[in-house]
Amino acid sequence: MFTGILDGIFNGISIGSVLLLAALGLAIVFGLMGVINMAHGELMMLGAYTTVVVQNGFELLPNKPVFSFYTVNIHLFDFYMFVALIMAFLVTAGVGLVLERGVIRYLYGRPLETLLATWGVSLILQQLVRSVNWVLVIGLVLFCFLFFGAMTLLSRRADWDRLRGWAIAILLPLSAGIAIVTGSLLGQTYKLAVTQPWFGARNQDLTAPAWLRGGIPLGNYQLPSARLFIIALTILCVLGIYQFLQRSSWGLRIRAVTQNRSMSACLGIPTQKVDALTFAIGSGLAGVAGCAVSLLGSVGPNTGQNYIVDTFMVVVVGGVGKLVGSIVAAMAIGITTYLVGSGTIALWLAPIKPLADFFTFFATSSMAKVMVFALIVAFLQVRPAGLFPQKGRTVDA
Amino acid sequence: MTEGFGRRKFILYGTAALGTSVLLKACGGQPDTATSPSPEGSPAASGETIKVGILHSLSGTMAISEKSVVDAEQLAIEEINKAGGVLGKQIEAVVEDGASDWPTFAEKAKKLIDQDKVATVFGCWTSASRKAVLPVFESKGHMLWYPVQYEGQECSKNIFYTGAAPNQQIEPSVDWLLEQYKGQPFYLVGSDYVFPRTANTIIKAQLEAKGGKVVGEDYIPLGGTEVTPLISKIKTAMPNGGIIYNSLNGDSNVAFFKQLQGAGLGPDKYPSMSVSIAEEEVKAIGPEYLKGHFAAWNYFMTVDNPANKKFVEAFKAKYGEDRVTNDPMEAAYIMVYLWKQAVEKAGTADDLEKVRAAAIGQTIDAPEGPGVTMESNHHISKYVRIGKVREDGLFEIVYATDKPVKPVPWNQFVAETKGYTCDWTNTTEANPGKFKMTGT
Repeated sequence: MFTGILDGIFNGISIGSVLLLAALGLAIVFGLMGVINMAHGELMMLGAYTTVVVQNGFELLPNKPVFSFYTVNIHLFDFYMFVALIMAFLVTAGVGLVLERGVIRYLYGRPLETLLATWGVSLILQQLVRSVNWVLVIGLVLFCFLFFGAMTLLSRRADWDRLRGWAIAILLPLSAGIAIVTGSLLGQTYKLAVTQPWFGARNQDLTAPAWLRGGIPLGNYQLPSARLFIIALTILCVLGIYQFLQRSSWGLRIRAVTQNRSMSACLGIPTQKVDALTFAIGSGLAGVAGCAVSLLGSVGPNTGQNYIVDTFMVVVVGGVGKLVGSIVAAMAIGITTYLVGSGTIALWLAPIKPLADFFTFFATSSMAKVMVFALIVAFLQVRPAGLFPQKGRTVDA
Repeated sequence: MTEGFGRRKFILYGTAALGTSVLLKACGGQPDTATSPSPEGSPAASGETIKVGILHSLSGTMAISEKSVVDAEQLAIEEINKAGGVLGKQIEAVVEDGASDWPTFAEKAKKLIDQDKVATVFGCWTSASRKAVLPVFESKGHMLWYPVQYEGQECSKNIFYTGAAPNQQIEPSVDWLLEQYKGQPFYLVGSDYVFPRTANTIIKAQLEAKGGKVVGEDYIPLGGTEVTPLISKIKTAMPNGGIIYNSLNGDSNVAFFKQLQGAGLGPDKYPSMSVSIAEEEVKAIGPEYLKGHFAAWNYFMTVDNPANKKFVEAFKAKYGEDRVTNDPMEAAYIMVYLWKQAVEKAGTADDLEKVRAAAIGQTIDAPEGPGVTMESNHHISKYVRIGKVREDGLFEIVYATDKPVKPVPWNQFVAETKGYTCDWTNTTEANPGKFKMTGT
């Protein structure tokens, strides 16, 4: 019984920490900024793909131990995960920045449009990783260079306002044409070398270094090291975000803008910069989460979709705008999922026959999910604003 | 907001949009797609070419698996064309994307039959997509070739099944496990949709008949990756080891094997038998996680015979040295040849009744082995093999039948279909797709 409880708590927390890590970025983007970012899962996917790229990069390194001590050989490869975490953060934060500047900033205060636009972005990102190849990249870069370069040059002219429309009408087809022609010329000259997709539609092989694959034996039980790693990483991320929001000056600005945007703007806080930064950090955290969940799951174009519903669930149950809400909600959902899904509750209730039968019915992975969702719906009926609702009159964004 | 969408702006953006779209149109049509517009109303074989449809998911969840099947089909078509085509005509493939969406499959099937007037369609992967197009092919009296192992319990006049029926994959693998691991309990794991649920019903009935013991059964939502509760349950149900029978699909497989290893459930004490992990999937999951686990198929890339050598070499030459071949790809490859043989025997590609009749009894020297034959129940006889994952991600074949096993689409372990059989050469029966066996 006692080991059963410990087992339940550890497994519940490990499910919860995956949920929390995945939801942390969203808690910031959705919770603090009020942006419904449907592309959050795809940002996680980009983080996972970054991990694959870093892994493949490290595989090219000489397979020679950098440090040997008796039978312990430490390879450089064993540490790629740390590099991957940092790279994943930087790459997805960059993508998030572009996304915010390019799409989302025009849609603040229009949740429905944001939802549709970010959903579109998520589809674009999925198809992008499927079909990205050298031709596509060169074509895109060329197009951006020509189009935006020319626009920037022209915008220096005094009569820019008058020219603007015609400039777009001429430049858009022109630069698109040049990019497409160059692309198809490249494709015909170098054939498969440039037209072959980098990743393609299939899942990527991501093999964690040996120390993250096994587990720490504990009696007849084994603690999976990937799970421990994720729990540690989640704690680290939560502490980091907390410190950043509470202690740094940018954190202060973010909190100020969250509470009252117009007043913050009046007092000289650059709200646009704050928005961009907040979104970039939220996206970067999604990348870190993507890197971490790739230890447990698959890396493919659909990886993100497996998490998006769960992450929104965590943020909504926790209460929009409160990080602590997300933490409690993730752990509660994790532990409930485990206890119901593994049949532990049914085991505990074995003396009471009808109740035990009821929980045995729900003791499969898919039925446990049904039950958790039902509980969440019931809970939101009682407390529509979640576990820790934001108080005061500033909630309406 | 205040200024309207003026005429001037409209013209400007209109011009921009038009210009761009014209350019895209002009430069689109990538060199590798085989699709081309067809003249309306021409029958499949009337022109210079015979048109066939290829209907698989090239986007969405299933694209991962189905893309390689398309590759295999196109390889077979290319080879046939190089060797002179069918009835002296070249085959022209019309590729349609089912987009992992079942209504889209039905819609594209209609399009291929009505608009493109194809002679036959090669396609589908999931049972759901096959069930979605089945009414289309039956109502139009058309023909589909289906290359994937499936749960059986179906026998359509309009479909030729070149993947394994349960008695050619699931049943022999359970028998093999019962013999190899005497007295060990079974735990059944699957994704939550029709194939794993039907497969597990069959396995449970079979184990009950043969004295095996099932200690648990669990289903994960399609694409789900949280398998912690499942792994604890396996451990609780079989503390001293046991057999995991795995019919998970797609992303869940990756999560399952990664976390199984993390929890310390290795193949020495917890051997698993998988029915949807082939060479492609091993590559994507990582051989490190799968080493020592088993899979049941009819074909492995490591099968040693001249036909397979030729197939693997041709495939690698066309698609790249790092590509692997697997069971559904092999089934897809031979079904194109079986169709070609049937058309040649019938002397026509357009009279589907004649082609159907000619297809029965066609034999091919397949990569999986010689003497693979299309039976009168529209399923083919196949070799049964069990493979163990090697370090390099390919399979070491640990068990193989020495001759093809005849297909039994209606399962004989399940009470509802016990005694049913199917024979499309027998036209006297009222419902030749499903009737009681005589003499049993």
